[in-house]
Amino acid sequence: MRWKSPLVLTAIGVLALGSWLFAVRPWATPGVELLNVSYDPTRELWQDLNELFIAKHKRETGQDLTINQSHGGSGAQARAVIDGLEADVVTLALGSDTDALRRHGLLADDWQKRLPNHSLPYYSTIVFVVRKGNPEKVRDWADLARPGIGVITPNPKTSGNGKLSFLAAWGSVLRRGGSQNDARAFVTKLYRNVPKLDTGARGSTITFARQKLGDVHLTWENEAHLEVAEAKGELEIVYPPVSIRAEPFVAVVDGNVDRKGTREVAEAYLRFVYTDEAQEVLARHHYRPISETVFKKYAERFPKLDLFSIDVIARDWNDAQDRFFAEGGVFDQIQKKRWTARLAEGVDPCGR
Amino acid sequence: MQLDAPPAELPPAAVPARPARSAPTERRTRAPTSARQDPAVVRWGLTLAAVAVLGVLVVVPVVHVFWEALADGPAVYWNNLVRDPATRHALALTLTVVPIAVGLNLVFGVAVAWAVARFRFPGRSLLVTLIDLPFSVSPVVAGLVFVLLFGPRQGIFGPWLYAHGIKVLFATPGIILVTCFVTLPFVARELIPVLEADGPEEELAALTLGASGWQMFWRVTLPNIKWGVLYGVLLCTARAAGEFGAVHVVSGRITGKTDTLPLRVEKLLQEYRTPAAFAVASVLTSLALVTLGAKAWLERAEASSLLTPDPSAPRGERSKERKDEAA
Repeated sequence: MRWKSPLVLTAIGVLALGSWLFAVRPWATPGVELLNVSYDPTRELWQDLNELFIAKHKRETGQDLTINQSHGGSGAQARAVIDGLEADVVTLALGSDTDALRRHGLLADDWQKRLPNHSLPYYSTIVFVVRKGNPEKVRDWADLARPGIGVITPNPKTSGNGKLSFLAAWGSVLRRGGSQNDARAFVTKLYRNVPKLDTGARGSTITFARQKLGDVHLTWENEAHLEVAEAKGELEIVYPPVSIRAEPFVAVVDGNVDRKGTREVAEAYLRFVYTDEAQEVLARHHYRPISETVFKKYAERFPKLDLFSIDVIARDWNDAQDRFFAEGGVFDQIQKKRWTARLAEGVDPCGR
Repeated sequence: MQLDAPPAELPPAAVPARPARSAPTERRTRAPTSARQDPAVVRWGLTLAAVAVLGVLVVVPVVHVFWEALADGPAVYWNNLVRDPATRHALALTLTVVPIAVGLNLVFGVAVAWAVARFRFPGRSLLVTLIDLPFSVSPVVAGLVFVLLFGPRQGIFGPWLYAHGIKVLFATPGIILVTCFVTLPFVARELIPVLEADGPEEELAALTLGASGWQMFWRVTLPNIKWGVLYGVLLCTARAAGEFGAVHVVSGRITGKTDTLPLRVEKLLQEYRTPAAFAVASVLTSLALVTLGAKAWLERAEASSLLTPDPSAPRGERSKERKDEAA
């Protein structure tokens, strides 16, 4: 057998060139591209909104627009933008994650004042998802601390959903007149019932709905509806009497848009989210719209519950982040206590 | 220990028959059977255990991938693979990244293996250790290192590249770089033993006969190591196409831009599109199966090529084999 190296090398070369052309498509029409870096469960929402905005933009300017999406745990996504992911807009789960970009010089100091309603086009909350028929009779926050209940929620260190679940549990005690110590005792007990902390909201959904781990899943209202619809009757939603008002702010990333020359499109894109057309899409995906007319139209989708704002728990989102989730913060202290407690009981903390 | 244990598909009823029939003749001619053969319970226990482990860990998952992918019929399967632009792009990106990474590693691997096998120089053992580094470093850590190196606001190369408008991180170049990193050892590791076993004699002979360096490389060195090269390229390709951790870190998870096939599988699964996720997974699994087939073919081709220098010998060998089979 003779060595056919030129042939093999040529074949490899042709394959590489061909696939590169296929991937890069230098002949494709140049247009404007935006990158929207968002948190985990908003994939379906932004797909729909993007489609509408691309059509609108084409009608108004004749320009071809491509909007790329990136999703993951809110904290991890903010980190990626700080590390150089060239997001034109960020639509993260928590104000503290968006504000982290400001601290790294990517956002102007007044970012929250540049869009209507403090840059908040919609709000949401944390609800419970339980197995069919609610066999464990989980109705309120206190039920989550009962021994033997498995609670699924993502890691507050990396996930917006995780942080909000934690803060909702903490705030549910304060809101009803409990002290900080009561809240800490309750949340400590609650996290003892959490068998696994995924990094993002979707990961937890899959743990609960597909791997069938745990009895109750703490998740975004919109994610809960999607999860229940996907489970085809095996899961149901429980609205607790009180929960947190989650505020996923949106912002144009100054540090990137000025460099890429996309500021105008990016700002139009985010302003579009405030239009009634977009607000209806938000409502249909079970995000609570800020437009009162749209909210009224879809009122039956949004059961009334007492939504407390972050100032019940902390000064603002940054303060909450620093106090609860920073290195050595309240969450770390609770987790450490949990490990020592389990070791003292003679249980392997890793659950083996 | 009898190595050619009966195949597992045989019904259990056929088990005792075979040793019983063959044992008496063997006992007469060689050492006692008990010394060469374990009891049937042990042999069958071990065989069944091996088959069970292989079945649970390998066969069932592989079959399941294709089963889930084809759950809604071949038409849906095909649409899942071809109609979704993001999936198509992921395929294209994998097809871009893998040949480039493998090509770079091929050049690097041959060069470094030749240097290590033929020369003694200061730092040689350090170089050998460094080649193995990607094996021992977790891919996630590898990805993070590249984030730190190429991040625009920190790192060593990042700010300069950023100022000159070159995107490495969260774009195709970054994915190629980390893929190169994690697959670095494959070609070199394959070639070093081959080159060391061959020794430099043939190359020296070529040089004394007046060959230039390139002539020696193309006509003597490369033909001698070609099986090693192909084998290394094969392993490198399989690993490069399947890499998840490191690519995940440097990709930025932009749908339709920086998702390779393994990343696309995760994303589809998270978007509740299970059949599509398994369809993409089946492509990766097929790639693994093709790799296995190519590996088997390479081993056979290598074995037969070793027999060819003496033209009469292999034919004699083969006809003898055929006779044995007939008997």
